[in-house]
Amino acid sequence: MSKKILHSLNLNGEEVEVATPAGATLLETMREDLRILSAKRGCNQGVCGACTVLIDGKPVRACLTLTARCEGHAVQTMEGMGGDRVMATLQRHMVESGGVQCGFCTSGILISARELLEEDPAPSRAAVKTALSGNICRCTGYRTIVDAVCSAAEELAQ
Amino acid sequence: MSLVQPDPVFVGGSVGKSIAKPDNLEKVQGRAEYIADLYRPGMLHGAILASPHAHARIRGYDLTEALNAPGVVAIVTGDDVGDGRMGAFIKDEHAIARGKVLYVGEPVAAVAARTEQEARHACRLIKVDYEELPAVLSPEEGLADGAPVLHERLADYIKVFDAGSAGNLCSRTELSEGDVESAWADCDVIVEGEYTTQAQAHVSMEPCGALADVDANGRVTLWSANQSVFRVQANVCESLSLPMSKLRCLTPRVGAGFGNKMEAHIQPITVALALKAKRPVKLIMTREEDFEMVRARHPFRVRMKTGAKADGTLVARECEVLVDCGAFADDSPGVMGYSLLMCGGPYRIPNLKASGRLVYTNKLRFGAFRGFGNPQVLFAGEQQIDEIGDRLGLDPFAIRRKNMLREGDQWFVGPRIGSNGLALCLDAVEKAAKGPRADGSPRNFGLAVTAHISGLLGTGAIVRMLEDGTISLNTGATDIGQGSDTVLAQICAEELKMPFDQVAVASPDTDGSPYNWGTTASRVTYTTGRAVRAAAKQVVDQAMSHAAEMLECPIDDLELREGGRIGRRGANTDVTFAQISGRAHWAVGGPLVGSQTLVYDEPTHDPKRAIALGLPFPRIGVFSFAALGVDVDVDDTSGQVTVQEVWSAADVGRAINPRLVEVQLHGGFVQGLGYALYEEMVWDGARLANPSLMDYKVPTSRDVPDAIHTFIIEDPDPSGPFGAKGAGEIGLNAAAGAIANAVAKATGARHSHLPLTGERVLAGMLDSGTSSERSA
Ligand code: FES
Ligand code: FES
Repeated sequence: MSKKILHSLNLNGEEVEVATPAGATLLETMREDLRILSAKRGCNQGVCGACTVLIDGKPVRACLTLTARCEGHAVQTMEGMGGDRVMATLQRHMVESGGVQCGFCTSGILISARELLEEDPAPSRAAVKTALSGNICRCTGYRTIVDAVCSAAEELAQ
Repeated sequence: MSLVQPDPVFVGGSVGKSIAKPDNLEKVQGRAEYIADLYRPGMLHGAILASPHAHARIRGYDLTEALNAPGVVAIVTGDDVGDGRMGAFIKDEHAIARGKVLYVGEPVAAVAARTEQEARHACRLIKVDYEELPAVLSPEEGLADGAPVLHERLADYIKVFDAGSAGNLCSRTELSEGDVESAWADCDVIVEGEYTTQAQAHVSMEPCGALADVDANGRVTLWSANQSVFRVQANVCESLSLPMSKLRCLTPRVGAGFGNKMEAHIQPITVALALKAKRPVKLIMTREEDFEMVRARHPFRVRMKTGAKADGTLVARECEVLVDCGAFADDSPGVMGYSLLMCGGPYRIPNLKASGRLVYTNKLRFGAFRGFGNPQVLFAGEQQIDEIGDRLGLDPFAIRRKNMLREGDQWFVGPRIGSNGLALCLDAVEKAAKGPRADGSPRNFGLAVTAHISGLLGTGAIVRMLEDGTISLNTGATDIGQGSDTVLAQICAEELKMPFDQVAVASPDTDGSPYNWGTTASRVTYTTGRAVRAAAKQVVDQAMSHAAEMLECPIDDLELREGGRIGRRGANTDVTFAQISGRAHWAVGGPLVGSQTLVYDEPTHDPKRAIALGLPFPRIGVFSFAALGVDVDVDDTSGQVTVQEVWSAADVGRAINPRLVEVQLHGGFVQGLGYALYEEMVWDGARLANPSLMDYKVPTSRDVPDAIHTFIIEDPDPSGPFGAKGAGEIGLNAAAGAIANAVAKATGARHSHLPLTGERVLAGMLDSGTSSERSA
């Protein structure tokens, strides 16, 4: 129906061309046109954080970001973080701490946490809680997630 | 009975170990597939048109424009679904509105189109001709003389228990024990109150969704966000009048379910669309639809009266509840009946009377939500216990210890209590919360205790030894993220004395899995765990017979050894599971398979003890117990309550995986914290006013206390697998009650309405003179 528009994106280090409906959000384009699925649609309103990705290294809500605005910027999702040491450490601590239950929030939380450790390699618990306050988790009660981020930071500092 | 610690009997085994869930890995890598992540060749996308009216007759549809819209392949309305009706207790619900709409947001039509955007666009072009009817917006209105009736054919609906339905009364339940009326005369102190609780939204982070595909013979395969592939199958088949053999239900990973994904959501509509389009259709709800169309926790009005002797001994309690059912019965009769079974709390109260009425209203259906009616009555009951204690000078621990039920006692109306670690839960909380805060200031401490059952309904397990001696476990229980696959594999590995990672857990599949009622009611570890253990034991027995022949000795001389080996006691020689399974597959006896089904069958009601009318659960299960302590601060200008510290102790019989139990206690408490302090679905007339995460607040990382101390108490239940009982709900139940007790301690004011918003708490403080605003 609506006209498709061709965009070129830098996604997880690769240049991709994608035809996506005018006005499509990055979340829609990634999911429907590119099958990049780690970012989830939890609310589509910018509240839950499940769709968090990195643009030029900064966490953003893919559901609030127009695909057209991403041209010329580097988009990174969990699929593209295989070689990232900070992320690998965070992932390991999340697996071990019990910070993963249903997992729907997990990718967004890890991306927010990675950004925090980038800015503040030795965050206090309060700083971790503030950094994650835009990512809703309905399962864990947050305690084990905060534990995981703190212990990952400690390990990375060694 | 002990605090959790390594059990010497099972050293080297799996049970009692905090093994990380194997699914964690794909989840941290963003690779786990949920319903929205599934695609099929040729797949269409579905969208739903919601009713704008609370109560209206549907005179007709004009689909012309919508059918001609770009990308549209099929449209389904009530005209397409026949007169089949589904429902767990009362079969009152069509797949999609048919004849009438009963709430704002009810699905009226659905479109399958090439893209989600096209499907949504076409929905807006559908014209429905409505004749508006007066609506019922509260249970009180529903029971009033001359009230508009929602279900004119209620008398004809199939009901699975004695519901007593009439007019807008969906069901009624009456339970009693002793003689309450005359018992009041024996009481030295009586407290009495009326309490109201609000509707709470589940807000599973994954909105509901489904994907249906139809094969060349018209047989349907259905994936969906669910808590039971078998309830999905039953609901879809009942509402679409399909034979169950024509529908196969599967599950991807589920982004949590706290009751909202147990019964049907939009699976029947998705199947109807796929059947009509003859192509795969995926329908994923928006967050707003998930708020408006799925289900929520019931608002309750609770009238409660409790009496005790001067020494604190409880004598009598009476509890009457009026429950908003919403437009369809769903699990509501069960929730109300269960709330009444729980309304006495874990106490010896010789005279106890409980009655409830569940009333249809023109709102979305209310249904199962973690706690299942327990949090509502507990909010009333646990405050009254404190009030009696206060009047008699007994501290909260003392009055509860004095009255608590003991092992071997009977619960209200009759179930016998097996293990009971409540005393240890109270000890753990009291010891840890003793004294002032770290900075020396006094605590505003609140306590509440609770019990919850695990056991309900049918379940099964199939354990197969593969050719190489490793194991495949198939139970049909959907893991919704809480870790039941892990726990069940631990039980299986333990029984077989095999390494945990050699047990593979099959994904639920109605074609291949044994029946499992569902991942609900705190039941999987206990009930399915029993079936798993028994099925694994059968495999051990079969392996033993092989080993006896292979080692040429009597079975009685054999022992099962760690790592999947069987040897002769006192001798070094043994045979491996691989050798045994190879022999069984290729030479003697056939492959090793253990299979066990069971249904919890201890009766709830003891007719010698109690009268029970309209009891929806004739067999409920074993009891877990918990004590919850909280320390709160109340801002004396805003009334805002902040929970500073939490002590949550739960007797789960045996923690198969202590870490997973802990996270249940954390997550349950935080969901209960939201319920206690601010979560509330608000209606503006008939329309839900806050169906979004912007307007409906759930706790974030900043809203939860850092100090949540958990204490796992293990009083093994003789019937549970390795002694285990349920742990899924008990961490939530007591949150609102404990917080209300702490707020009363801090402010001197009692509260009878949830949530305890700043406004309400401040008003209470002004009344009791504890707000600085007043002195200012
Ligand atoms: S889906 Fe983007 S913030 Fe919720
Ligand atoms: S793990 Fe389920 S929402 Fe966070």
